[in-house]
Amino acid sequence: MRWSEPLRRSPVLAVGIVMVVAWVATAALAPWIAPAAPTDMALTAINQGPSTAHWFGTDQYGRDILSRVLYGGRYVLAIAPAATVIGLFLGTVIGLTAAYFGRWVDEVIMRVLDAVMAFPIVVLALLALTTLGASTGNVILVIGLVFAPLIARTARAAALVEVRREYVQAARLRGESAAWILTMEVFPNVRGPLVVEGTIRLGYAVFTSATLGFLGLGVQPPAPDWGLMVSENRALLTSAPWTVLFPALAIAFVVVAFSLVADGLAARETA
Amino acid sequence: MTRFVLRRLLLLLITLAVASVLIFAMTTVLPGNVGRIVLGPFASDQAVQALNHQMGLDRAIPVRYWDWISGVLTGDWGQSLSLDTAVLPLALERLGRSLLLAAYALALLVPVAILAGVVAGRRQGGLFDRVTSIVGLTFGAMPEFVTGVLLIVVFGIWLGWLPVQALPPDGAGLLATLRHLLMPALSLVLLLFAYLFRMARSGMLDELAADYTRTAVLKGLPPAVVIRRHVLRNALLPTITVIGAQLGWLVGGLVVVESLFRYPGIGSLMKAAADNKDIPLLAGCALLITVVYGFANLAADLVYAWLNPRVRHAME
Amino acid sequence: MTAPVLAVDQLGISYRRRGRWLPAVLDVTLDLLPGEAVGVVGESGCGKSTLAMAALGYLPGNARVDGGDVRIEGRSLTAMSAEELRRLRGASVAAVYQNPGAALNPSITVGAQVAEVYRLHAGHSREQARDAAEEMLGRVRIPAPGGVLDRYPYQLSGGMQQRVVIAMALAGDPSLLILDEPTTALDATVQAEILDLFALLRDDFRAAMLFISHDLGVVQFVCDRVGVMYAGEMVEQGEATAVFERPRHPYTASLIDCIPDIDTRKGDTRLAAIPGIPPALGARPEGCAFAPRCPIARQECAASPPPLRDLGGGRHSRCLFPDETAARGGNRRPVDSAGGPAGAPVLNVQGVSLSYGHTRVLRDIGLTVRRAQTVALVGESGSGKTTLARAITGLATPESGSVALGDLVLRASAGRRSHHVRQRLQMVFQSPDGTLNPSHRVGGILGRAVRVLAGVNRRAARDRVGSLLDDVALERALAQRRPTQLSGGQRQRVAIARAFAGSPELVILDEPTSALDVSVQAAILDLLLALQQRDGVAYLFISHDLAVVRYLADRVAVMYLGEIVEEGPVEAVFGGHCHPYTEALIAAVPRPGGGQSRVRLAGHNPGPDARPAGCPFHTRCPYVHEACRRETPPWRTPREAHRIRCHLPLDEMPVSEGSRRAAGAQ
Repeated sequence: MRWSEPLRRSPVLAVGIVMVVAWVATAALAPWIAPAAPTDMALTAINQGPSTAHWFGTDQYGRDILSRVLYGGRYVLAIAPAATVIGLFLGTVIGLTAAYFGRWVDEVIMRVLDAVMAFPIVVLALLALTTLGASTGNVILVIGLVFAPLIARTARAAALVEVRREYVQAARLRGESAAWILTMEVFPNVRGPLVVEGTIRLGYAVFTSATLGFLGLGVQPPAPDWGLMVSENRALLTSAPWTVLFPALAIAFVVVAFSLVADGLAARETA
Repeated sequence: MTRFVLRRLLLLLITLAVASVLIFAMTTVLPGNVGRIVLGPFASDQAVQALNHQMGLDRAIPVRYWDWISGVLTGDWGQSLSLDTAVLPLALERLGRSLLLAAYALALLVPVAILAGVVAGRRQGGLFDRVTSIVGLTFGAMPEFVTGVLLIVVFGIWLGWLPVQALPPDGAGLLATLRHLLMPALSLVLLLFAYLFRMARSGMLDELAADYTRTAVLKGLPPAVVIRRHVLRNALLPTITVIGAQLGWLVGGLVVVESLFRYPGIGSLMKAAADNKDIPLLAGCALLITVVYGFANLAADLVYAWLNPRVRHAME
Repeated sequence: MTAPVLAVDQLGISYRRRGRWLPAVLDVTLDLLPGEAVGVVGESGCGKSTLAMAALGYLPGNARVDGGDVRIEGRSLTAMSAEELRRLRGASVAAVYQNPGAALNPSITVGAQVAEVYRLHAGHSREQARDAAEEMLGRVRIPAPGGVLDRYPYQLSGGMQQRVVIAMALAGDPSLLILDEPTTALDATVQAEILDLFALLRDDFRAAMLFISHDLGVVQFVCDRVGVMYAGEMVEQGEATAVFERPRHPYTASLIDCIPDIDTRKGDTRLAAIPGIPPALGARPEGCAFAPRCPIARQECAASPPPLRDLGGGRHSRCLFPDETAARGGNRRPVDSAGGPAGAPVLNVQGVSLSYGHTRVLRDIGLTVRRAQTVALVGESGSGKTTLARAITGLATPESGSVALGDLVLRASAGRRSHHVRQRLQMVFQSPDGTLNPSHRVGGILGRAVRVLAGVNRRAARDRVGSLLDDVALERALAQRRPTQLSGGQRQRVAIARAFAGSPELVILDEPTSALDVSVQAAILDLLLALQQRDGVAYLFISHDLAVVRYLADRVAVMYLGEIVEEGPVEAVFGGHCHPYTEALIAAVPRPGGGQSRVRLAGHNPGPDARPAGCPFHTRCPYVHEACRRETPPWRTPREAHRIRCHLPLDEMPVSEGSRRAAGAQ
């Protein structure tokens, strides 16, 4: 079959896609496959290690960690793609505009981007979320806005090459408008690197939302956000490591999955 | 030469100025009612108003900005609300500890990642290349607190090789300090390794394929000499700019790693400020970090310009 | 019987593509005696570069030697270990490649790069090596070599860089020098200097030369013997002049007739075109590889591959009927086009000046192009010819002057011109790679052009696209393909079709054939002529190739550092008084030994940033005198409609090659 051919040629891509699909499936089906509700407390069974009753053990409130991990996936599933789409859309528009119009438009845009990128991402997110208030929506917005300059850089770099090419000049000689040229002539040729960049960003969106959760800037307790779970149970690290280990591994799983997909796509792009 | 440096410095100052405006906007303007944020939803309106007046928040925005920025430039960065001490000295002290950790991490990261990249690029597709790429990829994809947790569990608890406490006890010698800081530093190194490794590797691959490398080989030079004398300097030049970019991730990583390991650096200070809604401290930390990051990037750019003959001559 | 320096013995080389091994070089036998210069010519994909790599033992990882052998000084390369091969390089065999700027390490000084060869092969110390490097730089005629030692490659001009590369190659005193297109990337006048250098070096050094090139004129100028390659095989070999004067293989004959000489005129003849394209790697026909395209092929040719036969007198040919090969010029069709009187002016450029930042790139340019006329714009790098094209089309904005289409003065920027203007004025670009959007299909590209420029609706566009493809001799089925699936020549045809979509009055062509093989170029040039005859369209043809200009153009304008230094009818410029720069350009076109004037320019092209005062050409002019350094030169008019910008009075002005040859012939 035609669609499976690229997968066969790139095992990295295949493994990554399988992992992503597995994660999406378990997260989507969480309400049906989780043994317990994520916020169900059972004060008689606190801090129990992994057992047949609780595969991943329980935390300090007796909540089943497996269930919490499964449900936690849903937050990431909501946040990461949404933030990436926002970042991709904004970044592409900004990057293409800067590359096409050049000169002072480009200068101004690059200076603004530089200023935003002068902040390490976490610092920016800390500032924004502390003052705006922590919620899923704000996290999506902040991550998207923070990614936009990085994507704009990639889009601009790719577009600069294309804008110099003769087919763009031929389009200008036909009298095509700037918008037409950017969408119809330039965009199809920068799509490749942007797709790769988008998949990388997806992985980083998971990464960043987990980090923000860890810092307490994402959803608030008792929500089963993975990063939040690590942060909450940090004190139990030596006594009940499973409370921290499993959410951490869950994060690692998803991020690695996206990285493999991105790597596989990047290899195909350059091949 | 000096003109180039001055020009870059000027650009940096402009960027920092814009950044300061952004910080100011985010911390004092955006949230709207800062007094309310500080005192929480249950405090009385009167108390909120009083606090706002006390903090000078009922004046016009440009006045407030000017007040803040002139204070910053003269060394008065305000007073921390939660810790009741001046912001700047506290932030600087913590910054010192963070720089120690950051320097340690960089000292581990840069030689190892570059060496690995060079070796992998030399034998593209070989076992070393593939294994290192995947290992690097795996660790680089994980947030620092995840790798930190794993390190603590494995090396601190199960194997007991390294102390879980990151802050060394008072009067500890250099070796003990390094042992204590090893796990937090490693968390940062593992995070940043993959990208630097990939850049060094692709730099090697690009230069190995270059025409001048062919010239060197066809002169009859031994392969080791070709790599050492011709390829390396051109392959590694771009990695310098990459290191500059990585500093941003490093600083972000500091916030997380310091919080996880309870290390009293500027990152954990900033997190504490965020937790306590301590706006002046938060803004001060953000500004200090941004300034340090900006100058570090400038230094990386200047090193690159100095090492690249084309840019160096253009500057003179 | 002296032993050959290089002995290629029935060599076969294959490349691996997608798991299959495809032959790229088949059964090639070639000997080089000490001190000899042998050329290998052919078009892209013929295997000549692979042959060069094999002679260095430097084949890429996906190539393998199928059979035969390569021996240098009697030692077989295929039997050598990597270490033995390494010791051979630099000392016994050295290489000079195409792009000198890229061949030098940008981070190491030029002197160190040359000295390194001495330290490696002659065991010199640092000081000795440095002195030897300086001496060698002098021997490749670099002026003031001591100062050049500490420069970096980017600080040198292209010609100087190539001299450094040659110095590095000769430093090890090799017995064999391999040169793969060493002058292709250089300006014409610089190429002429380097070719002269080769001639001098042959007396000074013992190295035999294997000279790979697509340029027959260059090879004939430099080499004693030549081999012609097609589809991986050597199809003809022999003494260079003999092969080119009287070829004994139809491919050689067709190839020669595809290329205009300095005196080929469109009024007398059309260039030969070779129908079809060379076989793709791994898709060779059964018998003779050239048979499907050959003018004298017959049944026996397709039966089995012909062997390379010795015809006596050092000539070899792979053709079964070598004596039926057309004589030189025999593949060209004579034409009797009277060429009508020039029509009304279509393009009028006056006083156009343009700067990029502080650098004046165009100065006060004035030009006229008439209906059904071809005006050529000639110049080397930094002349501003491409910038002028951009200024005329509105892609760049001039700071002064005007561009008029007929009577209508055009707006400076393309975006602000009317649709009507855009339809009448179009452009064909240089690079076939970038000229078509790789994400669109050919049909879509032409369809859009037709709809926008000819104002045709979607349904009618289909037919129009079809007839455009017919006009440029492409199958209609190609409309479904993407540009990456087309050859370079096919892409340029589509680009031409696109420019003609709106039936323009003027088409600007910026080096449209420079990146194409000569046989493809011939076909494209003839296509352009046919379209011009049919539609009466005017052309502004930019080129660096004077032979093409002589063939195609009615008038020519010569540019140097942003100015027009001469303009006039092509017969006058090529056959009468001319500007010293024009004289040098014409003399730079390599022609077989003898009969070539030794006009060589001093110094190098300073580039528009460092434009000299007075006459911009004075730093290089062989006829320079005091006035040239201070004052702008006046216009001289040796004939009507022919003007030259020079301080020399007409009787002292040089007279170009062409007229001297014509005069000599009488």
